[in-house]
Formats: sequence, structure tokens, C-alpha cells
Amino acid sequence: MKLDVQGRAAYAYTGGKPWSDDGPCVVFIHGALNDHSVWTLLARWYAHHGHRVLAVDQPGHGRSDGPPLASVEALADWVLALLDAAGATSAHLVGHSMGSLIALEAASRAPERAAALVMVGTAYPMKVSDALLSTARDDPARAIAMVNAFSHSGIASKPSYPGPGAWLRGGASALMHRTQDGGEGNLFEHDFRVCDAYGSGVEAAGRVTCPAHLIIGTRDVMTPPKATKELAGMLDATVHRIVSGHALMQEAPDAVLNAMRAAIPA
Amino acid sequence: MPGPSDPAFDTLALHAGAAPDPATGARATPIHLTTSFVFESSEHAASLFNMERAGHVYSRISNPTTAVFEERVAALEGGVGAIATASGQAALHLAVATIAGAGSHIVASAALYGGSHNLLSYTLSRFGIATTFVKPRDIDAWRAAIRPNTRLLFGESLGNPGLDVLDIPRVSQIAHDAGLPLLVDATFTTPWLQQPFKLGADLVFHSATKFLSGHGTVVGGVLADSGRFDWERSGRFPELSAPYAGFHDMVFTEESTVGAFLLRARREGLRDFGACMSPHTAWLILQGLETLPLRMERHVANARKVVAFLAAHPMVAQVGYPELESHPDHALAKTLLPRGCGSVFSFDLRGSRAQGVALIEALQLFSHLANVGDCRSLVIHPASTTHFRMDDAALAAAGITAGTIRLSIGLEDADDLIIDLKSALKAAERAAA
Repeated sequence: MKLDVQGRAAYAYTGGKPWSDDGPCVVFIHGALNDHSVWTLLARWYAHHGHRVLAVDQPGHGRSDGPPLASVEALADWVLALLDAAGATSAHLVGHSMGSLIALEAASRAPERAAALVMVGTAYPMKVSDALLSTARDDPARAIAMVNAFSHSGIASKPSYPGPGAWLRGGASALMHRTQDGGEGNLFEHDFRVCDAYGSGVEAAGRVTCPAHLIIGTRDVMTPPKATKELAGMLDATVHRIVSGHALMQEAPDAVLNAMRAAIPA
Repeated sequence: MPGPSDPAFDTLALHAGAAPDPATGARATPIHLTTSFVFESSEHAASLFNMERAGHVYSRISNPTTAVFEERVAALEGGVGAIATASGQAALHLAVATIAGAGSHIVASAALYGGSHNLLSYTLSRFGIATTFVKPRDIDAWRAAIRPNTRLLFGESLGNPGLDVLDIPRVSQIAHDAGLPLLVDATFTTPWLQQPFKLGADLVFHSATKFLSGHGTVVGGVLADSGRFDWERSGRFPELSAPYAGFHDMVFTEESTVGAFLLRARREGLRDFGACMSPHTAWLILQGLETLPLRMERHVANARKVVAFLAAHPMVAQVGYPELESHPDHALAKTLLPRGCGSVFSFDLRGSRAQGVALIEALQLFSHLANVGDCRSLVIHPASTTHFRMDDAALAAAGITAGTIRLSIGLEDADDLIIDLKSALKAAERAAA
């Protein structure tokens, strides 16, 4: 559905069910150069198990109007404004990669509105190497190929996403290219710089009051498991370790759902 | 900066989509000959049916063995996914039926496999889908044939049987300017010779019966999607961008930004038309895919030797192979098919129809049959077989004469093939008397 958020049209996928006025709400926030479609299986599951779902396209991504917002903090405010626009007083906040930082920051800015925080494929700080940043700036197609290779731990993840017969690396590459082509300027470089620049994670974690869960891919080289130890401690989070690379929702959709169900029971 | 990339083609041909079986450790992909898959619970069943989880329900819709084949083809083509079908014809039908219906229109190359021509010209027209055929080299004709109700442009990477090289970059640009996708039948080229998605195509299908299988054992097809065509932005495809009452009012472009086409093709096309591939067939084609790079290299090398022999033979009027300077698409082939132009080509015999028959009947190693892409060399007379339903005008438009002989060069020793052809050409020469 489309909402007016901060004066611009914003899109949120509602999990295959019409948006309703009541019920617990789950917000899914995608990572860099992605859109809501990385969440559709989980979004459908929660939408059909008693929840209202908002799987957002961040500003300037997918169906949401731009421009893209310049910082994790601004994106967190945008998520909270989106909840206002949708009429949701509180929500479970779920984010992947860059989206996990946005969820963290949103949970810290409005602790009373966060029912749970779920950070999937996360790390703090989420520093991006100078080499990758410069490649994203100078040769986005090459950077997409690199990130795609870094994000997948194998070439035969089952049962595949969104279903059998899908080639995950091809799907991820096509989505990043589609998002980049449809965005304003070099969205890839923008998103990576947003991740790299975020420096308020420790302070944010200190303000979070809701239960926190980290869902970590044991083979993740984009946000390696060791980079989550401090974050897990600060949040006193439950850590779920899944055999997967960074593209957890695609490589291990059932395992992520199982972990999610521990974090956000249906 | 240098950095990691996806595995290269030859590695993907062996590994993409397959891992040791988690239940048994079997290294080769097991053949899952089962119609259906046990649900863990009622909730699990419901979530599979409602696309809240990924998984297998019933082998008409998906199957673990078939899925390995689909993922491997998608990887080799550089797409987002693929759907295996009962035949190449079923793949073409699935592509059309997913985005077209009564009142729709297709623009297609006139240089098509006879079966494809039949489907478009006679059968689909019975269901209200019209096709305008254009000469594939006439770029302006592609543009001029597009109507408000056009849904698809379609051609073969190498046209059958004259090997017209489809100018995919230019034809796809025409399609995209009109908000339409380009579908390519890449059967003759395989992804080893050409990856149409890299050139601008949006959908690709194969008769997997041919080179992908490579052994002449099974009939199958596969349809792959690049994931790059924006169905929603086009505005011409409510099948994908509006709620579908046949599947929970799903809007496929919302469910999957880059996989909408395949979602509908599987959730409607396989479900309702049912032209699925058997897991046993998928397994056999997987065996072929594993050696596709090796076989295609040899197919092309052998074809080049046979083409050189025929081109110099006095009984041969012309050889239609794009690597020859005499072929009208020679320059285009050098750009679009740098690895070679495959191993299926035609030549015109000097002499009568009876001499053509004499040649075919004198061949010993070449098998006279209606197939191509076998590891064994094959021969056929298109005017009396694959294209027999076409009238003279349609034959001419497709570049076929009564004396055209089509060869599919296999993996035998090329010298033996040349000896066989030399002997048969002598028999044809004697038949003139």
C-alpha cells in the first residue's frame, strides 16, 4: 500500500492481506540496494498469522519516492513517521543489514513503540572498506557483482527463494540492478556510505528497552558473526545462529522463520 | 578493484543448484521420483500453499531434482530462475500464455522452427492470439509490426534453418522502447555460445531435448527469466501487476520485484496447463548440462571442419553458416557469437529433389531423423519434414528451398563425417544420371 510519509509517497507491502486497523504490527526494513521483496515469505507468514505487516521500500528504493535519506538516524525517523501514517502505535521492528541499523535506531528513538527488535545479518559498526566504497562509486556494476558474491555462502541453497527453481545469485543481482537503475544518483554508494557513517549504535543500544534478537549467518562475510558480539552484549540479545551467508532470508528462509517465531511469536 | 565474482560458466555447469544430498550424502543429484511431499503439520501445509514458505508440494508444480535443473539453467543463462517444461514447445506456450491472452498480439521472426511457427500461426490464433511475422534482419519491420495490443517480441538466436542471427541488442531495444519484452529461443546456441540476457533479451527458452541434454534421449524444455524487465512500469501486463483472482488476489510484481513472471508462470501455467518435466528427464538433462562446455566446443570445431569441406564441394551450391563470409549475418555473428555459430546448419545441393533424397539415403553415419543437438550427427530435409506445413511463400520467407539439407554435427571424428558426406555427395551426383 502507499502512504504519505514526511510529504512523500512511501510503499509498504502488507503481506498479501489488506492493511487493518488493529493487531500487532511487524515492520520489515530491507538492506542496501534492496526492496521489500527480500521479505515476502516472512511478511506473508506473519500477515496470515495474526499480524499486520509493513515491509517497506525505503525512500528512493523500489516504489517509494526519493530522494534517499542521508543517514540511519533520518531513516529511523522515517520508519517512525511511517508507523504514524499507518496508524500503528507500536511495532516489532525487523531489519536486515543496513535495515537492522535503522531498526536499532528506531527502537532507541521511540522505545515505547518498539515491541521487539530483530536484527538479521547485522554488525556494529557496519564499516565498509574504502576499496568497496570506491568501487561502488566508480563502477557500481562491479561492486554489485562483488557484494553478490560476498553475500551468498554457496550455489545450492534450498528450497530457494521465493521458491524452487529460483537462482538466488541471479535474483539478488537483478534486484540490486533494478533498484540502482530506478534510484536517484548512485544509490549503491549512497547506501554503503549510510552504513559506514553510522556511529551511534552503542548509544542507541543503551536506550533500547524491548527484547532484542540477532539472527546471524555463520558463513556471513559481509557482517561476520564476530562483529556482533559487542552488539549482542549491549542489547542483552538472544542470538540465533543459522548456517547461511549474508542473504539469510533467501539462503535459509525456514531457519530464519523459526528464529523469527522465537522473537515474535504468532 | 578486483574482487570475488560468481563462479565461472564451467563451474556452474557442474555445481549450480546442486549440493551433496543432506539426507544421504549422495554427491550426484538424486532422482526424486515422487508425486508429492509430506507436510510437517497442517500449518506447514497451509503456509506452503499460501506462499508463506518455500518448498515442494506436488511435482507438477516443483520437484527437488527438477529444481536443480532449473536453477542450473538460470545460472548458466544469468537469469533469476527458470521453469522446466515437458518440451521446448511447452516452454514457448508457457511464456506466451503467462503474459498474453485472447486479443493479444505477438511480433515474431519468420525464421522459426516449424513447430513454433505452427503454434503461433495456427494454434494460438484459434485462442485469439495473433502473430505478425517479420524478416528477422528487417529491423524496421519489427518496430512497424508492434500494435497497442502487442505483448511480446520473439525470435530465435539462430533462426531455423537458415541461421539468421537475431540482432538481440537492436530488437530488444525496439521491444523495450515499446514497453515490451523480447523472448529468445536459444536452442541452437545454448548459453555456452551466447547468453541472450547479456545482449538485452528478457526471456529465454530452450528445447532442452537438444544440446542441453545432448544425447538424444529425452524430450524437455526450459524457460528462464532475466528478471530485468519491469512489468509494472510497462503498464501492459495486468497479468503480473494487478490482483490475480486465481491465486489469492496475488499481485505478482509486488510479491517479487524481479521474479514476478516466473511466479505466475509456475503458479498458473504449470498448475493449470500442467506441462511439467519429469524428474527423471530433469536428471538426464542434468547429466548433459555437466558436459555442455566440453560438448559445445567439440560440436563447433567439428561443424567448422564439415562446413569447410561442403563449402568447397562442387555439388554444393551454398552453405548457410554465419562464420562464412557469404552468410548475410557474418559480421553480426562475429560480434554476437564470438565462440561460434553452433553445429546445426543447412546447405543447398546442386541438382534435383531426387538427388537430395539420394544424398540423405546414402549417408551412413548421419542419422535421418527429426532432431538436432544430439551427440550423434543428424540429417533432415526441412521442406518435406519440419517445415512441411509451410507453403512456398512461407518457406521462402524462412530461407528454405526444396534442395535445402539440414545437418546437425555431432561429436564423432570430423574426418569420418566428411568421408560419409563425400560418399553421399557422390551418390547424389550419380543420381543425376
